[in-house]
Amino acid sequence: MQFFGGSEISPSPPVPTATGNNAHRMYIFNRNGVCLLYREWNRPLHTLNPQQDHKLMFGLLFSLKSLTAKMDPTNAEKGNLGIPQFPGQGCSFHSFRTNTYKLSFMETPSGIKFILITNPRTGDLRETLKYIYNLYVEYVAKNALYTPGTLIRCELFNTALDQYVRSIA
Amino acid sequence: MPPAAPRSGEAIFSSVERVNAELFTLTYGAIVRQLLTDLEEVEEVNKQLDQMGYNIGIRLIDEFLAKSNVSRCADFKETAEMIAKIGFKMFLGVSASVVNWDADGSCCSIVLEDNPLVDFVELPDTCQGLFYCNILSGVIRGALEMVAMKTEVTWIRDMLRGDDAYELQVKLLKQIPEEYPYKDDE
Repeated sequence: MQFFGGSEISPSPPVPTATGNNAHRMYIFNRNGVCLLYREWNRPLHTLNPQQDHKLMFGLLFSLKSLTAKMDPTNAEKGNLGIPQFPGQGCSFHSFRTNTYKLSFMETPSGIKFILITNPRTGDLRETLKYIYNLYVEYVAKNALYTPGTLIRCELFNTALDQYVRSIA
Repeated sequence: MPPAAPRSGEAIFSSVERVNAELFTLTYGAIVRQLLTDLEEVEEVNKQLDQMGYNIGIRLIDEFLAKSNVSRCADFKETAEMIAKIGFKMFLGVSASVVNWDADGSCCSIVLEDNPLVDFVELPDTCQGLFYCNILSGVIRGALEMVAMKTEVTWIRDMLRGDDAYELQVKLLKQIPEEYPYKDDE
């Protein structure tokens, strides 16, 4: 039975291949588009205010997901671009790369979106995001003081996250 | 990279820290007892247990997803199997089976073979209307709501009321499609 405590996090974190400070930014959204967490480690330029920035990011992911589902060659059943999808429908993307950054994305079936923006040379971060999801479960979901759907103000989670992303290669 | 296969309920159950089963059973019993004292009406207690379960369920779903590697289910049938085979095993250490599907696959029953909540429990005559394990139905309802399924969960059979098994009916009311949460002119 597992209702109380249990600070051990499984599975163990993926082994970093090199050290360096590659992570730039992290966003966590819930499915209502509320930005639960925004962490910034390396961002020289701010062009928008935080609310606009979060909304733009969420909108980008939402549209991109709908676009990837529309272009899916393996599934014949797809409506018009932008029609609402049910969970389990369509496909999703896990990262894209530009010449200046790489965006890695993971969406859980419960609708939580994890977005990590890193140096463009970073490798596959899917396991990393999964591990961050586990951190979220241990430090946020199990935190009795946290109200679901609100901003994450949990020092332990931030500390663990900061420490972990520093090891991302 | 192929998606990782779902981990079995046993594997997760044995890898996490657990609380002693008797302590758990007695703690739950104490909660129900206190609710009966505080709320007086059995019907109110049922409601309160369901609400408590719901609040647990909306958090529990993330732990379930993070630890089990389960990805999106193709249909409601798969979802019900996941709850019975992995969910119950992972959190309560018991197994359950899914039976009694209706024709269009939107309503089924989950039968518990063993129920750790009810050890040492007997319902007195004054509490015959009590659904002692109503917290479980709330948990399932809350967890499924987080994966965009509105459900109705009711007890069909309850051994504390003289039936021969614990049977929960899970009825899928509707699936909620994903919507763009912002208004255009915001």
